[in-house]
Amino acid sequence: MPHIVTDKCQRCRFTDCVTSCPVACFHGDDQMLYIDNAVCVDCGACVQVCPVHAIYEQSDLPQDKLEWLTINAERAPQLPVISDKQVPLPTAESRKRELGY
Amino acid sequence: MKLPLTLTIDMFERLPVPFGLVRYGVAPDHPKLKQPTLVYDKIARSAGFAFLGNVAVGRDVTLEEVRSTHHAILFACGAELDKRLGLANEDLPGSRTATEFVGWYNGHPEYRDRSFDLSGDVVAIIGQGNVALDVARILAKPVEELRSTDIAAHALDVLAESRIKEIHIIGRRGPAQANFTTKELRELGELKGYSTEINAQDLLLNPASQIELENKTNFSAAGNVEVFRSWTARVPAAGSKRIVFHFLQSPVALHGHERLDHLTLEQTELVGPAFGQTCRGTGLTSILKCNLLFRSIGYRGRPLPGVPFDEAKGVIPNIAGRIGEDRGLYAAGWIKRGPSGIIGTNRADAVATVQSIAADLDSLDPRPKPGASPLRPLLASRGKRIVGYEDWLRIDAVERSRGESKGKPREKLIHINEMLSLLES
Repeated sequence: MPHIVTDKCQRCRFTDCVTSCPVACFHGDDQMLYIDNAVCVDCGACVQVCPVHAIYEQSDLPQDKLEWLTINAERAPQLPVISDKQVPLPTAESRKRELGY
Repeated sequence: MKLPLTLTIDMFERLPVPFGLVRYGVAPDHPKLKQPTLVYDKIARSAGFAFLGNVAVGRDVTLEEVRSTHHAILFACGAELDKRLGLANEDLPGSRTATEFVGWYNGHPEYRDRSFDLSGDVVAIIGQGNVALDVARILAKPVEELRSTDIAAHALDVLAESRIKEIHIIGRRGPAQANFTTKELRELGELKGYSTEINAQDLLLNPASQIELENKTNFSAAGNVEVFRSWTARVPAAGSKRIVFHFLQSPVALHGHERLDHLTLEQTELVGPAFGQTCRGTGLTSILKCNLLFRSIGYRGRPLPGVPFDEAKGVIPNIAGRIGEDRGLYAAGWIKRGPSGIIGTNRADAVATVQSIAADLDSLDPRPKPGASPLRPLLASRGKRIVGYEDWLRIDAVERSRGESKGKPREKLIHINEMLSLLES
């Protein structure tokens, strides 16, 4: 069951997720992170640590975010692995509040 | 994480084989969750890392001997003892632990000799975490579906004879506080031949639970309650066996003469503020007839000789992973934090402890230390056969090849003697 990073990561990029991934399946660009589902083992740890709940298991993906399944599948393999926590984007805190967290 | 020094790491493991709970805790029908071993394998093969299996610090080599040869020691030995209910008759035949059942079906050498009587109709599982779900699922799953997993052969034989028809999962808190992950919970509702039942009354949440549920960061609770609600709308198929969830119930007495016969359950109520609710008994009791019970209410660490221990919490007392005042002793994982979280949670926890170690590098003993080299002849003189990573790879190859002829990913070697004899041949 694929796990998917959605647009809620954009303007945040907290990267808390990578600290709890036991298989280093996160890849990233400057805007957000993506999950390589060929590597993800569905342990679910990342879902719980993201401050804005940006990650969903496929069966829980809201209707308006279905496109993110393909986006993660396409972009992850092309981007470098992110396995260490990084500094969030400057807009992270305000984006978090905006999202209601 | 980049450190200013290159470290040499020696990993001491009591069993001859690595990987801990990923090998012996994760259920056999969750093979994907065992894939972190690929990451561990890469680490084990890296320069400067040595695996010393079949060596128990405290039994085969003293803590002092390891301290004298290493600059720092990190304890990541987990929490392998189960929490007791604290009731009279808790050791009656039939009153068992999830820990031993899981170890037994996963082929852990120290649980090979346990036996389980699955000839009764009714099993009770006390607990509201994923381990309780694992026990239920392995008991409930059709044996044909388990045959192609790495479950221990001796467990398959016993499960094939099971006559269990009802599994009761009993917890003292409510549906919004249950510690299941939603994915595992949903999975239980999809088992062939079983219907999952919950009393709709239990889904009338008290105000504090409602507040907990509405908190946007409380993902698991919302997901779980949704799964429970969906089950109340289902009509069980005729002839289904049953998995029944009981909430706000706590076992207060176990009864039986030569073996467990029935439990007394007391209804509880939740009191206190959202995220701080505790349970209180109401005095209202009921009886559940059952011959087999598994307690699955948490774990405790095992104290290590010469290392501080918090009896109440079952952990090594620490601050940010640092043990005591002297620099040089550290803890990570369940022995540091208690038995909470899932596999990935421990990675973040380990990173935090390593940050403490990194900050302490300048205050550790500056003199060079030899590492494991002088300990090897010492252990040999004590009759201990150290199992290295290359040795594990030989055991691994044999397990996989034995499994292949049976359609299993591996057939685990169960006895330590068997593993060591293999290495001598």
